[in-house]
Amino acid sequence: MLQGWVIVATSFAYLGLLFAIAYYADRRADAGRSVIASPYIYSLSLGVYATAWTFYGSVGRAAADGVGFLPIYIGPTLMIALWWGVMRKIIRISKRNRITSLADFIASRYGKSALLGGLVTVIAVVGILPYISLQLKAVSSSFTILLQYPQVVVPATAGAMPVLQDTALGVALILAAFTIAFGTRHLDAAEHHEGMVAAIAFESLVKLLAFLAVGVFITYGIYDGFGDVFARAAAVPKLHAMMTPLEGVAGSYASWMWLTILSMTAIMFLPRQFQVAVIENVDEKHLNKAIWLFPLYMLAINVFVLPIAFGGVLHFPGGNVDADTFVLTLPMAEHQELLALLVFIGGLSAASGMVIVETIALSTMVCNDLLMPILLRLPWLKLNQRRDFTGLLLGIRRGAILMVLLLGYLYFRLAGEAYALVSIGLISFAAVAQFAPAVLGGIFWKSATRRGALWGLLAGFAVWFYTLLLPAIARSGWLPIGLLENGPAGMTLLNPQQLFGLTRLDDITHAMIWSMIANIGAFVIGSLSGAQSAEEHRQASLFVDVFKHGGEGGEARFWRGTASVPDLYNLLARFIGSVSAEAAIDDYAHSKGLQDPANPLQADAAFVHYIETQLAGAIGAASARVMVASVVKEEALTLEEVREILDEASQVVVYSHRLEQKSRELEAATTELRIANERLTELDRLKDDFISTVTHELRTPLTSIRAFSEILLDDPEIELAQRKKFLGIITKETARLSRLINQVLDLAKIESGAAEWQESSIDMKELITDTVAGMSQLVRDKGIELSVDLPERVPAVNADFDRIVQVLLNLLSNATKFCDRDHGEIRIGLTVQEASLRVGVCDNGPGISAEDHAAIFDKFRQGGDTLTAKPQGTGLGLHISRHIVERFGGRIWAESRPGQGACFYFTLPVAAAAVAAGAAT
Amino acid sequence: MDKFELKGQRLVALCMLGVLLFNYPMLAVFNVAATIFGVPVLYAYIFTVWSLLIAGMAYVVETKT
Repeated sequence: MLQGWVIVATSFAYLGLLFAIAYYADRRADAGRSVIASPYIYSLSLGVYATAWTFYGSVGRAAADGVGFLPIYIGPTLMIALWWGVMRKIIRISKRNRITSLADFIASRYGKSALLGGLVTVIAVVGILPYISLQLKAVSSSFTILLQYPQVVVPATAGAMPVLQDTALGVALILAAFTIAFGTRHLDAAEHHEGMVAAIAFESLVKLLAFLAVGVFITYGIYDGFGDVFARAAAVPKLHAMMTPLEGVAGSYASWMWLTILSMTAIMFLPRQFQVAVIENVDEKHLNKAIWLFPLYMLAINVFVLPIAFGGVLHFPGGNVDADTFVLTLPMAEHQELLALLVFIGGLSAASGMVIVETIALSTMVCNDLLMPILLRLPWLKLNQRRDFTGLLLGIRRGAILMVLLLGYLYFRLAGEAYALVSIGLISFAAVAQFAPAVLGGIFWKSATRRGALWGLLAGFAVWFYTLLLPAIARSGWLPIGLLENGPAGMTLLNPQQLFGLTRLDDITHAMIWSMIANIGAFVIGSLSGAQSAEEHRQASLFVDVFKHGGEGGEARFWRGTASVPDLYNLLARFIGSVSAEAAIDDYAHSKGLQDPANPLQADAAFVHYIETQLAGAIGAASARVMVASVVKEEALTLEEVREILDEASQVVVYSHRLEQKSRELEAATTELRIANERLTELDRLKDDFISTVTHELRTPLTSIRAFSEILLDDPEIELAQRKKFLGIITKETARLSRLINQVLDLAKIESGAAEWQESSIDMKELITDTVAGMSQLVRDKGIELSVDLPERVPAVNADFDRIVQVLLNLLSNATKFCDRDHGEIRIGLTVQEASLRVGVCDNGPGISAEDHAAIFDKFRQGGDTLTAKPQGTGLGLHISRHIVERFGGRIWAESRPGQGACFYFTLPVAAAAVAAGAAT
Repeated sequence: MDKFELKGQRLVALCMLGVLLFNYPMLAVFNVAATIFGVPVLYAYIFTVWSLLIAGMAYVVETKT
């Protein structure tokens, strides 16, 4: 079924499907319902990184050296982790300045330099040609191989074929026509190609699925899983060496490292990657998901590379089948026609995706940054008077697409046959790596100048040309091969592949080392050797500080001059058409709230800047600058003035930062004050509570004293016995009153810190014995049994003797008050703990409920129900005890369960000397 | 903004870790003639570290700090 017409028809059907997807997406975009506003589509569109190189070439590379294909995908994985900061910055800058391409970005950063934009364009076009030729080679050879089915024959070299029969030329022309229809249907001022992005995302899916399908078939269909392939490969001596493919620090490890660095720059600065990642980005937030989704995509498309490579070598042991074609030839050898066709379509999608985006990006560059600046400067073309540029712009772009593809074909004829796919692609990677210093330096280093960028790019490009492109051409026989063996004119030191005698490196590593030294060196020296112009200084500040400067239009501050609205409108209309121009100006008026006819649009600095950025979106920053300057009268700012404006801006920023800081401090102070106030209020309330409780406590005994005194006073006839009883009550209540007052005074003293403490070394045993002896009579009167349990020897504690006696007395009197009426029992214990003494006083009374354990130590709190039972104490004793114990570093607490008596414990830390003495004995 | 920068710095740390793990001498440590589950150790190492890095990046990006 794999006749020529089937393959061709399937290919065209596939391209037609792509076109339909793009058309549908464009229609949706016009209707305002974009299909690409999704992080998943964005991540898939980044998959344009995987080209025919990945699809066919990775296997070829893996068959040659095992691991060499991996750095190409690991580098981007590492780089994309840095995108959170770096790529976000580039996207922000590009949106704000309406950057249309990488060349535009670099030109814009270094003072809107048309020269720099042109140079970048030339480097990009020349550098990418090998890469495009790779795609043509892959598609045409896969087509030719598929045509031979059921035979598996690798075709003769294309160079032997006459041009007109060469399928590569046909492929180039078809892809050119397709890209033109695709990318230049109309002129978009924002350079957004929504349809293209949707189609590219679809292509990413197709090539991934095709590759996974063939991978699964080979790994599990032909062989018996990963282990089987590797085990069989290990038995072949040639493949066995590839299980440990790395060797020599200067050899494959260096090569691995440089390939990683190379692909780290490639993922950012390949024109097509810049196009999809930056220019086509519709929302900065899409970056977040892409940071892990895109590496995941790369991982997935690489899982089966090794089994396919080893499987291919095992399957075609003769070595007459090119490893670059294993993906296709293995299914063919197994007579899987449909799978082979799917693989071909997958390869086509990988190649066409790359070619479409790359040529669109390059054509934008060629048009905006190379041809337009030249054409606009040629006076005899009288372009300045031309009414409508849109046709011209589209014409240039279409021409540029065709030109790039034909140049790619030319390179294919000249040099493409001498190298494997990956080697061709790497030459292009090394070319775009030259942009890294200028771009990364440009967004992080304010002092980088136009001169530095120019020197760096020129030096890096020159070294690249000499060490990589020249050898590629020489190897194809177009230059004497002696150049590679002996150097030019026999000067071996200048041998392009062993420059200055640097040997033992592969050609890419060798070229990268020298070109990066030249590039970065020239960039730094050039930047430091001269001052920036006013325009450069302004752009440097706008780029490097993009996150600091306020919203859009920051640039407008730098413009002074006079202009007229109609002039500017006409200018814009000439380049993007009157409909788009009117819409753009309406947008502007709308955003400024200027639709009122009584309040017409002013051609002020903001408006001029707006027109210039709109124009930049269509023809690039450098050309836009020239065109706007031609219709307005403007005063050039000096470097000093630019600095002043920037200083002002930064001062405003600093000032507002300081204001923010101040207001934060104020807020904090307010909070503190509020908390202090709350605390004061609380204290005030506590004081009131205290006073009212104290007076209440005072009034109870006073009332009874007064009542009984009055009875005695009013009634002289009272019996003696009665009179004695009353006087007894009065005396008791008076004693309670004075005790209460003493305790209140005591507490006040302790709480205010005015109490006097007399610390001395105390023998607790003696203290307890003395105190109990003093109390024993009282206790015995009540019929309570008192037991004391003291250890033999106790260490001394440091405390105030009288105060501790007070605490113990208090606990004892509480215990006598609350213990069982009939069979009262009080136990006093002393325990020596690690660094403290613990005194316990236990009774067998009603006990204390758990929720009261802590509360009874508060002022005027007593255990039990104070509403029904008559209080039996002042309610201050435990509170004061706690103060005393804590004063000496101890702790006091209660342990009890209702109905089972209560135990009060307090601890006192053992004196330091006593601890030492204890440790000694 | 702080959370935002924290994520950025975590990602930078992951990148550094990746650079360390995917270079000499870590690669040399695993460049030995043995297999694990039938897969040569070096390839198993590379693909495992790669997967873990991606998982780490996903975790950093997707978690709410």
